Amino acid sequence: MATESFTYADFTGWLAEHKLMGARCQSCGALYAEARPMCPDCFSDDMAWEQLSGHGKLAAFTTVYIAPTAMIEAGYGRENPYVTGIVALDEGPSISGQVVGVDVKDARQVAVGMPLQATFLTRGEGDAQRTFLAFEPAD
Amino acid sequence: MTQRKLGRGVAVVGAGMSQFGAFPQKATRDLFVEAFREMRGSVDKGLDPRDIEALFIGNYSSDLFEHQGHTAPIMADWVGLTPRPAVRVEDACASSGVALRQGIMAVASGLHDVVLVGGIEKMSNLPTAEVTDTLATAGDVLYEIPAGFTFPGFYGAIASAYMARYGATPEALMRVGIKNHENGALNSKAQFNVSIGGIMQARRASAAKKGRPVPQWSDEMTFMKDDVYNPMIAWPLRLFDCSPITDGAAALLLVSEDLASSFSNMPIAIVGAGQASDRALPDRTELTSIGAARNASQQAYQMAGVTPQDVKIAEVHDCFTIAEIVATEDLGFFEPGQGFVAAEEGLTARNGLRPVNTSGGLKSKGHPVGASGAAQVIEVWKQMRGEAGARQVDRDVDVALTHNVGGTGQTCVVHIYERR
Repeated sequence: MATESFTYADFTGWLAEHKLMGARCQSCGALYAEARPMCPDCFSDDMAWEQLSGHGKLAAFTTVYIAPTAMIEAGYGRENPYVTGIVALDEGPSISGQVVGVDVKDARQVAVGMPLQATFLTRGEGDAQRTFLAFEPAD
Repeated sequence: MTQRKLGRGVAVVGAGMSQFGAFPQKATRDLFVEAFREMRGSVDKGLDPRDIEALFIGNYSSDLFEHQGHTAPIMADWVGLTPRPAVRVEDACASSGVALRQGIMAVASGLHDVVLVGGIEKMSNLPTAEVTDTLATAGDVLYEIPAGFTFPGFYGAIASAYMARYGATPEALMRVGIKNHENGALNSKAQFNVSIGGIMQARRASAAKKGRPVPQWSDEMTFMKDDVYNPMIAWPLRLFDCSPITDGAAALLLVSEDLASSFSNMPIAIVGAGQASDRALPDRTELTSIGAARNASQQAYQMAGVTPQDVKIAEVHDCFTIAEIVATEDLGFFEPGQGFVAAEEGLTARNGLRPVNTSGGLKSKGHPVGASGAAQVIEVWKQMRGEAGARQVDRDVDVALTHNVGGTGQTCVVHIYERR
């Protein structure tokens, strides 16, 4: 029986507290960097939250010059491109996040395999305020 | 894997498409009528539309592109086919490849003898940022899109992983774009019915006309590396690595194989069908290959009893140039990590070892997302029947394949065809 909720609202609630929380299957041990109410590997409903370190390596990335509306509203676009990528976390699973703290115009600053750590970005005001997972070069 | 067979044989006996491009004056239904009309004309022995029993229409997102939902019955009405059942099929950019699969299953099951498979999309009404947003809904809106991913961004990330793993360079990607435009230049239905060389000429002429400095490029590669004329969209993908925003429609007529000769002098049998789903990009073990494509193609090869070496031409889902390179590996044409070498060496050129995207592909022909899967079949139909005109390949095409991907590869559908 599932006793706890594992929704995206929970996941973003953790992000607002600057915590990256994963869901671990208590039956087969599979770990997900998403809120998953059931284990897609073994079908178990016995999941538990587990805090992730936020440390990992960049597995794939891109620099976006043609931005979606939400990123245009955040100030990005052709003249101010941003890096986003997929990070393979030290604990195993991977997750998507913007990569900040790098000079996007200098291709040498970003590379597959570079060590990163999680950081949290807050955008919007009042009720529209949201916290986003991002990554920056590891200390 | 259990070997699956169709309950009975299914053949394509008609295929047609609208012009692909940007058409402010045409709605989706107008494009579909164009495709239907051409399909009807392609049926050797004629088609009485009243013989069609059902419609399966691939459509990604008329809801967002045109604020029109419930598109299938409208298409049925505009080609005079109400009250027949009309079903809309949505699997992102694989929508009409999957609609084809639904049509095949409907005929193979014995429920219907004659069905119409269509694909439709009208994308050019929206400004680019909103097209970007709409396409992004084919990714994971909770876990991927908040990171700022766009569709070029997803495939840019796949390219970054591929280049890091295999040592490929952006030049290999550019070779795919140049090759597909060479093919598209010979396809009058293509949105970009012009080679990269032709585009360079047009850009020079335009600069001269405006009194601007006329750019001098020594060759096509120099143009492809020009940051002004081929700007970066999502590193390492530039404008000419990306399929365009397209309006278009396609229509195919499927019948049970025992009826095929009463419609066609040269029916094309569908002998293999496979489809698979996958997790979102971060949850996959591999970023340099699309697992759903490997899975779907294995199903299709098994059902057809053919190998990748038997396939004479393939239309693959080159929404971005990197996607074509990865597809040629996933389909077993080249070993993992060798697809980019094959592209550089011209092995996928129209008369190369393994011609890929002789139509011009999504890159040059255009990519009206929900129509692309069905439109791929039109090239196979023409090449197998020797009707591809100036772009007809130099060999007999007895076996062909189509590969249609949804999203980042969360869906892939593959079909294999034999000429009977």
